[in-house]
Amino acid sequence: MPEIQTSEQLASAYEQYKQLLSTRLGTVVDDNTRMILVCGGTGCHASESEKIVENFQALIKKNGLEGKVFCSISGCFGFCEKGPIVKVFPDNVFYVQVKPEDASEIFEQHMLNGHKVKRLLYEDPILKEKMETAEDISFYKLQQRIALRNCGLINPEKIEEYIASGGYQSLAKVITQMSPQQVIEEMIASGLRGRGGAGFSTGKKWEFASKYASEEKFVICNADEGDPGAFMDRSIMEGDSHSVIEGMMIAGYAIGAQQGYVYIRAEYPLAVKRLEIAIRQARAMGLLGKNILGTGFNFDIAIRLGAGAFVCGEETALIHSLQGLRGEPATKPPFPAESGLWAKPTIVNNVETLANVPVIFQRGAEWFNSIGTKTSKGTKVFALAGKVNNVGLVEVPMGTTLREIIYDIGGGIKDGAEFKAAQTGGPSGGCIPRQYLDTPIDYESLQSIGSMMGSGGMIIMSDHDCMVNIARFYMEFIVEESCGRCVPCRIGNKRMLEILTNITEGRGTEEDLDELRSLSETIIDTSLCGLGQTAPNPVLSTLKYFFDEYEAHVKEKRCPAGVCQKLMHYKILPEKCIGCTSCARGCPVNCISGTVKQVHAIDQSKCIKCGACMTRCKFGAVVRE
Amino acid sequence: MTYTPNHSPCVEQNHPQFKELDQYIESLHLSPDDPRRKDTLIMTLHRAQEIFGYLPEIVQLHIAKKYSISHAEVSGVISFYNFFTTTPKGKIQVNVCLGTACYVNGANKVLQEFEQVLGIKSGQVTADGKFSIESLRCVGACGLAPVVTINHKVYGKVKPGDVREILEKFFIEEDKDVKEVSHA
Ligand SMILES: Cc1cc2nc3c(=O)[nH]c(=O)nc-3n(C[C@H](O)[C@H](O)[C@H](O)COP(=O)(O)O)c2cc1C
Ligand code: SF4
Ligand code: SF4
Ligand code: SF4
Ligand code: FES
Repeated sequence: MPEIQTSEQLASAYEQYKQLLSTRLGTVVDDNTRMILVCGGTGCHASESEKIVENFQALIKKNGLEGKVFCSISGCFGFCEKGPIVKVFPDNVFYVQVKPEDASEIFEQHMLNGHKVKRLLYEDPILKEKMETAEDISFYKLQQRIALRNCGLINPEKIEEYIASGGYQSLAKVITQMSPQQVIEEMIASGLRGRGGAGFSTGKKWEFASKYASEEKFVICNADEGDPGAFMDRSIMEGDSHSVIEGMMIAGYAIGAQQGYVYIRAEYPLAVKRLEIAIRQARAMGLLGKNILGTGFNFDIAIRLGAGAFVCGEETALIHSLQGLRGEPATKPPFPAESGLWAKPTIVNNVETLANVPVIFQRGAEWFNSIGTKTSKGTKVFALAGKVNNVGLVEVPMGTTLREIIYDIGGGIKDGAEFKAAQTGGPSGGCIPRQYLDTPIDYESLQSIGSMMGSGGMIIMSDHDCMVNIARFYMEFIVEESCGRCVPCRIGNKRMLEILTNITEGRGTEEDLDELRSLSETIIDTSLCGLGQTAPNPVLSTLKYFFDEYEAHVKEKRCPAGVCQKLMHYKILPEKCIGCTSCARGCPVNCISGTVKQVHAIDQSKCIKCGACMTRCKFGAVVRE
Repeated sequence: MTYTPNHSPCVEQNHPQFKELDQYIESLHLSPDDPRRKDTLIMTLHRAQEIFGYLPEIVQLHIAKKYSISHAEVSGVISFYNFFTTTPKGKIQVNVCLGTACYVNGANKVLQEFEQVLGIKSGQVTADGKFSIESLRCVGACGLAPVVTINHKVYGKVKPGDVREILEKFFIEEDKDVKEVSHA
């Protein structure tokens, strides 16, 4: 790889590489050239997407089409549930759930004969029609991809393709034409707010850190992504690591830092690998290291792994962990901007926040500021999951409503069930009921309805989910993850969990509900860090919006959704059972006894209440009580 | 990387596993009077756990010495982080994701099923040391919920009824094959 030593050289590298993306971007359309992109994100990787690439490559070779048909991996298309995904350019055809053995059919029909393989096209869950191109797919229609702009477009393991997408030009512009002060002003003008949780102005944060004089300062990228059920940061790092690196460098220039760290969770090996590759390539090109683009600006980045502690996503805990200590939070102030890593001025920014930065300098603060709502600018990536038809990553302008996300993009609720609630903000957030489906979402509106933006996890729940059980689930998570430093968080949350467990097991009382409320208040008011201060939110929001479910558990010892295992059991009605044995064969724990043509019975002590027997019985003999 | 949870790491420090660890530590150029030397401690613990499969006391002592810090400091860090374990896990490590997306799609039933079939609880190892079960929180493949990983291989959309079939191939495989799988 040739070194790039000036911004002119970067510009000519762009000219040289930009044809790499021409088929994909449709800038040059040549009838015979085809680009096949295969998703190489964690989800699709798990379903053997690498094998698909291998098969295509062999077919290209066998048919002598090298130089005409190309195949490569890409970052995540966001539509993980339908993976592995294969996209063909320039036709923009989107194949879903592709198996390695399907490669030959796609190749023969599509590459050689120009026919789409209908069977592998995406079928709209509502229209029941096959969608011919990616643009037709409702999942993508309302999306505006800024942070995810390169995910599913470039090969994340090739820096040339990042450069071809205009990459590192913002860095060049910033360090050759702008003063740190101007960079900060531009960031403030853009209105970008942190995507990691609290939504603090990114420009302001940089400004604080820039004001403290120090020979040494640090930029930390928070890639701990602790909210279970959120995976946008992982996708960005797997699909477009360079934009995070470029964002960190611009931040470094703005505050006067020369060293960056990416603190990434150990559960994301593929993201770590892609980041390592990107850092290595950027160094080899001279874009990371000393005297970058001949300006005298030095910056380098190191990777540090987390080790499975949710609280380490909190910035002061993260800094402790980076220093090789137990990841316990510290009291603020001093804020990291004043005294952070090794007591030096430090900024901590989230992955998605940083991925937005290069675009702001490419397209201007004014453009960015024109997207979104009054207080929240730009887009937000949500990890849409749970009981929704289209599970995946969704990037929408701030101010989009829940209804648009769940029904227009998400394709509605799975299996024709009813929507019950959307959980946002993970263990710090709340459950939003149906009356707020039309609220435009931004930082403030979510807070006003008892939830929060958090990192962007959005779990959709249906009438088959029990809200008391969900509250208990989050509380269990909190109890496991509390670092134990302060009493209200350590003891208070444990007591909350005890009460919630009692309620879901039919031992709850009405007084318990009052105790939950008063404990919540104490924990919120007296905990040291954000983990404790927000821990009761899932309980409070479900108490507020789904009080009837709590009442049913407490007063009638009944779980309306039929979820709480202790409050229900499966039973075979002897008068209806004809002894077909279907249930017994389907029971995963073999707890149904009976022989052919005899009435069957369930051993309640072994039953795990999976419901398989009820689904399998065609005679309505299995009932839930 | 050899992975030998059956016999405890050899006391002789020129054992190949210690050599591998030392090679890594040497590449870090630790200096005993650098107050920042500990910033790589967690990376080293990760490496050690990869090499030994877990972090027994002898390994902890070894690392403490290399970093010129007390054993208490090392064990204090290890006990804080869920990822580190001081007892060996099974050769075949079943991890069931209990993140929110997996949970609302019935992951707890999948976990119960693994527990039933293997006859151990989450956090335990089978008597022959072959299997262990753990739960974890989100591997970021939520689109495939419920998700199970077995020795780093991801299984998606797992239903309780699938568990026997998934485990079948591990029951019959000889140890030799098992090793291959664990490196996949
Ligand atoms: C318990 C807890 C966990 C957190 N986890 C994360 C996380 O996983 N990722 C993240 O970016 N921020 C997390 N945060 C927020 C960080 O403390 C910090 O505000 C954020 O990284 C700042 O970056 P931003 O301004 O770009 O959002 C967490 C906060 C708390 C209190
Ligand atoms: S609030 Fe909880 S997690 Fe935060 S410092 Fe206190 S005990 Fe630790
Ligand atoms: S609910 Fe599941 S475990 Fe219980 S009897 Fe039916 S199939 Fe078996
Ligand atoms: S499936 Fe229904 S009818 Fe058949 S044995 Fe089971 S309970 Fe009886
Ligand atoms: S919640 Fe299981 S993979 Fe994300």
